[in-house]
Amino acid sequence: MVDQHRINEIIDGYGADRMNALAILQDIQREYNYLPRKSLEWTAERLNVPVGEIYRMATFFTSFSLQPKGEYMCKVCMGTACHVLGGPRILEALERELGIKAGETTSDGKFSLEAVRCLGACALGPVMVVNEEPHGYMTPEKATNLIRKIASSDVEKVAAPQPASERASARPTVDLSGVPPAG
Amino acid sequence: MAEQHRADVIVSCLHGRCPDLIPALQEEIERRGLTTEVEVVESGCRGLCAMGPVILLQPEGIFYTNVQPADVPELVEETLIKGRAVPRLTYKEPLTHKDVCYYEDIPFYNKQMRHVMHKCGMINPESIAEYIALDGYQALAKALTEMSPEEIIAEVKKSGLRGRGGAGFATGRKWESTRQAEGDVRYVVANGDEGDPGAFMNRSLMEGDPHAIIEGMVIGAYAIGAHEGFIYVRDEYPLAVRNLNMAIEQAREYGLLGEDILGTGFDFDIRIVRGAGAFVCGESSALMQSVEGKVGEPRPKHYHATERGLWDKPTALNNVETWANIPLIINNGADWFASVGTERSKGTKTFCLVGQIANTGLIEVPMGITLREIVYDIGGGIPGNGDFKAVQTGGPSGGCIPADQLDLPVDYDSLIEAGSMMGSGGMIVMDNHTCMVDIARYFLDFLKEESCGKCTPCREGIRRMLEILTRITQGEGEMADLDTLEALARTVQNASLCGLGKSAPNPVLSTLHYFRDEYVAHIEEKKCPAGVCKALIEYYIIAENCTGCGLCRRKCPQQAISGEKKEPHVIDLELCIKCGICHDVCKFDAVGVR
Ligand SMILES: Cc1cc2nc3c(=O)[nH]c(=O)nc-3n(C[C@H](O)[C@H](O)[C@H](O)COP(=O)(O)O)c2cc1C
Ligand code: SF4
Ligand code: FES
Repeated sequence: MVDQHRINEIIDGYGADRMNALAILQDIQREYNYLPRKSLEWTAERLNVPVGEIYRMATFFTSFSLQPKGEYMCKVCMGTACHVLGGPRILEALERELGIKAGETTSDGKFSLEAVRCLGACALGPVMVVNEEPHGYMTPEKATNLIRKIASSDVEKVAAPQPASERASARPTVDLSGVPPAG
Repeated sequence: MAEQHRADVIVSCLHGRCPDLIPALQEEIERRGLTTEVEVVESGCRGLCAMGPVILLQPEGIFYTNVQPADVPELVEETLIKGRAVPRLTYKEPLTHKDVCYYEDIPFYNKQMRHVMHKCGMINPESIAEYIALDGYQALAKALTEMSPEEIIAEVKKSGLRGRGGAGFATGRKWESTRQAEGDVRYVVANGDEGDPGAFMNRSLMEGDPHAIIEGMVIGAYAIGAHEGFIYVRDEYPLAVRNLNMAIEQAREYGLLGEDILGTGFDFDIRIVRGAGAFVCGESSALMQSVEGKVGEPRPKHYHATERGLWDKPTALNNVETWANIPLIINNGADWFASVGTERSKGTKTFCLVGQIANTGLIEVPMGITLREIVYDIGGGIPGNGDFKAVQTGGPSGGCIPADQLDLPVDYDSLIEAGSMMGSGGMIVMDNHTCMVDIARYFLDFLKEESCGKCTPCREGIRRMLEILTRITQGEGEMADLDTLEALARTVQNASLCGLGKSAPNPVLSTLHYFRDEYVAHIEEKKCPAGVCKALIEYYIIAENCTGCGLCRRKCPQQAISGEKKEPHVIDLELCIKCGICHDVCKFDAVGVR
């Protein structure tokens, strides 16, 4: 879970100065795959800025997320070059395959799907990136096959002794206790 | 580039795509006992991205494309030992399939003029020694020891250099105002945010030749009297951040950055700030807010940044490519620089040539070259069975230029006259499979997300225009919508605070101007001539082409296709979700769109 000691280490790496807020948030995002609420509060306190200000930064920049992300982050490029070459069709195919919309995470916490704007690899369009690894010249078919391959290779990984329970606890679930029941 | 070696094997555009190639080369070279004779150089982008990894063998100038680790033994045996080319690996013209063995004969390169990108793809960006071996940091030494700040500014002004980040403001004038502004603390900033979707020239420059940017910044800092500088880099470019950081470290070690640079008593240092994915942060005032650790929203420009920029101090902010031009101007002189280009646009410009074009990649051309030369000579034309329709420049702030303007010279003023703009260098080629209404909708959709929302005309105007365009692409538009669009566009243009809002209507206005017939087809005939807008198209099987192979039937995710083996198939339009997979997979051109 979120470790205050680790957050402090990140802050100290840059110096507790407001000017470093962006870099600090980026490192936290990288470490946890999202910005845990607590980490925002601690950062605000250490940098001596109102927590609202930090929260505003966390919501302004698109590379930050306030929700935990899936184990496999699939980013489909919707930049102009990829758009012209059929990027939207790749995204639709993955939405169909995973049963989620762009911006969502599968209920088993395995895949997150995101539409992004230009990954700077436009010459290889349409492009998608899975956990930082770029895949160029995509077609809807190639993209779904890739996802299926990852899903099936992951089954083997999970079949190994302990990880299943470990993964369950490592992946914080959204607290729904305050939400009134539907209907 | 090491002089003592007989040959260099320069490997480019790995983009992390083929991690095994360099080790394979090194291993084979060692196995054949060539280690002392041949050096392998891992280099930056050489532009021909679509055919990477590419290898240039020097001094012969033999050029190989799409090289894989399995090709290495043959490459070493044939070329490095026997001195012959491997025909299988040489460059083939995309449309004619003509074989071209030598780098300098490739049309993609020989119409280009690689000045700023000269070292990119030639040197190892991780090595300051290689940069220095190609005259690197000579301009800095000259500037700091032989020239006064005023002389430098005069030289830059005389060169006619204009900003490469978009608007094309005269760089020398900007520096002069910054130098003359009141106060004793000044800053220089390099803009490497590169938010234009469909562009990566700044990325290639930062990754492939980081020292050129640093050298330009030190010279500029000396000229305007700054002691601190910032490079703002998109977070999506981790390799650029890494290479720039490495270059900064090395420059400090060599006494080219930090205190008492080259023993002249001049102090200057640079810090890198990573952006976090907001297009508006490329705008100068938003960028500076972001460097200060605030939310990156533009500020009203009561004062110019040259007077009150970062922390309200005089600041010279330039695009990274602008900075990288500086050492060239100082080394070769303003007259040399101004000898290339047109009357009001001097020097060269890098572009990313992407989209429906045979040679996709990064190019650098003299200002004033025509679009036709770029698209047909360098770009190799349109692949497949497409017809050229338009080229989009200037990113979301730019416009689409149609086929009848292909002879337009590419310079700041001509592009603006044609309803587009230079921008930072994205150049997206579109053919008859691109719907211009959809493109306008696409850009507004992008801008809707990226508008910071501070001012109403931009925030609301973009939304309303997007709603109208979405309606049109769904076949629910009316002719009166076109007038509303135009009126809204003018308002957003005039009443927005920053450049994002002011230029947001450009994609709409330019497509309305040049491609009005496509809008009309969507509205009156309920047809999308390009076959893109889903609500207005249907897929069908062209019976005379269909061999009944059954591939589409098996691939269709909706089981919407049926038919007997060897008989023409049919698509059930009730079930079809128009994903287009059948059209992709058919080998017989038997799936049509109408
Ligand atoms: C919305 C918006 C986005 C911009 N994005 C960039 C960018 O990514 N890179 C860039 O160099 N300039 C960008 N600019 C232009 C900058 O505001 C600024 O004019 C430029 O960096 C100045 O450098 P130059 O004079 O060397 O061109 C953008 C402007 C606007 C309005
Ligand atoms: S024009 Fe748009 S992006 Fe610029 S300040 Fe106004 S709302 Fe923000
Ligand atoms: S447009 Fe997709 S990578 Fe640039």
